Amino acid sequence: MREIEASRIAEEVARLCMEANFELEDDVQKALEKAHDAEESPAGREVLRQIIENSDIARNERIPMCQDTGLAVIFVEIGQDVHITGGDFEGAINEGVAKGYTEGYLRKSALADPIRGGNTGDNTPAVIHTTIVPGETLKLWVVPKGGGSENMSHIAMMKPADGVEGIKKFVVENVKAASGNPCPPIIVGVGIGGTFERCAQLAKKALLREIGSTHPDEFYAALEKELLEMVNDTGVGPMGLGGRTTALAVHIETAPRHIASFPVSMNVNCHAARHKYIEL
Amino acid sequence: MADYSLTTPLGGDDVRQLKAGDTVKLTGTIYTARDAAHKRLVDLIDEGKDLPIPLEGQIIYYVGPSPTPPGKPIGSAGPTTSYRMDPYAPALLDRGLKGMIGKGARSDAVVDAMKKNTAVYFAATGGAAALISRSITSAEIVAYEDLGAEAIRKLTVKDFPVIVAQDCHGRNVYEEGQKKYAK
Repeated sequence: MREIEASRIAEEVARLCMEANFELEDDVQKALEKAHDAEESPAGREVLRQIIENSDIARNERIPMCQDTGLAVIFVEIGQDVHITGGDFEGAINEGVAKGYTEGYLRKSALADPIRGGNTGDNTPAVIHTTIVPGETLKLWVVPKGGGSENMSHIAMMKPADGVEGIKKFVVENVKAASGNPCPPIIVGVGIGGTFERCAQLAKKALLREIGSTHPDEFYAALEKELLEMVNDTGVGPMGLGGRTTALAVHIETAPRHIASFPVSMNVNCHAARHKYIEL
Repeated sequence: MADYSLTTPLGGDDVRQLKAGDTVKLTGTIYTARDAAHKRLVDLIDEGKDLPIPLEGQIIYYVGPSPTPPGKPIGSAGPTTSYRMDPYAPALLDRGLKGMIGKGARSDAVVDAMKKNTAVYFAATGGAAALISRSITSAEIVAYEDLGAEAIRKLTVKDFPVIVAQDCHGRNVYEEGQKKYAK
């Protein structure tokens, strides 16, 4: 049994909320630089140049790279031999989010009631996804998620007969329809299988993977590559102005499905793909 | 594609010369408004009441900035997605609004209202909010303070960088640009 203080979780979450919004991770930064050098469209190149300059300014001045600092999405893997002391787990995460968003001058975008509104004032509650795993470490991913790209996400309860072709059509048509709205170049997280809610969560989890990494299963690695080419062949380009860089990556996550169901989802992330990881 | 520097407020001639794909640097006063503020403005128009900001010749920027850190005029302030304002924009264009700044394409109804009223839709680079905020020299809340980030702000801008996304002649940089690079 290992003890972790709730206050330590709160401190780390606060710090990571700020850092995620100030400092673009290396994998995204490198992918943007590579895209800038390869982009054929002059307007697209200029957009990518601005995005890279923006990332430098945000990092140096410690200000948010995007005004939409997101809802705080947090994935946690808790080792079953971890004992959290001195407070409750979700309370600690929300305390950290409130502190990070307040001290970091990050935008509070959380409305308490979806229809009647009312800003919660500190960007809580976080959207927390927890899994219990063997061991005694606590792994935590802080993924602030903006609304513009989230709004271009979809789920479809397809027929098993729709197969791989159905998945390709679903992803490409939705990227085309989203056009410049989700701030391309985007990252597309694709969930395949599971139930309705598991499928949506898979697509979100797919966004955590490092850009440039490949799926461990060769079949899905090939499908990711093919989907990325198809998405870039739409010509949507940076900010929808036309170009060869529409997405930096397509990541797939899968789960077993019911014999009658073929759920497919896509969660879209903007180029300000913020994610920070820590192991406690 | 031409480069222009324009000072607000805009007149019909300023707008008519602009073609989709042109780049423009804006200087002067612009107003911010997004979802909630648009609803309130259009409700006031429907009720025949006065508006808290002038619209004639003005530009509205679709933005909800992050909080202002100490020593800066404004927080990060990049554009939000424009289609959410499509249901409200025609009513504002009919009242003299000449320009809108956001990201992403507009509806046919907005394009029709832009043609009818000689107005232009500019795009700023989404997610380049730290960079864009450097061209904003002052910010002041002028209406709906209760809306927080969504309050209407009067901004003073200098060489604020935008591209003409959709012009008053019906041309559209999204359609034209994407067709060119699709395979």
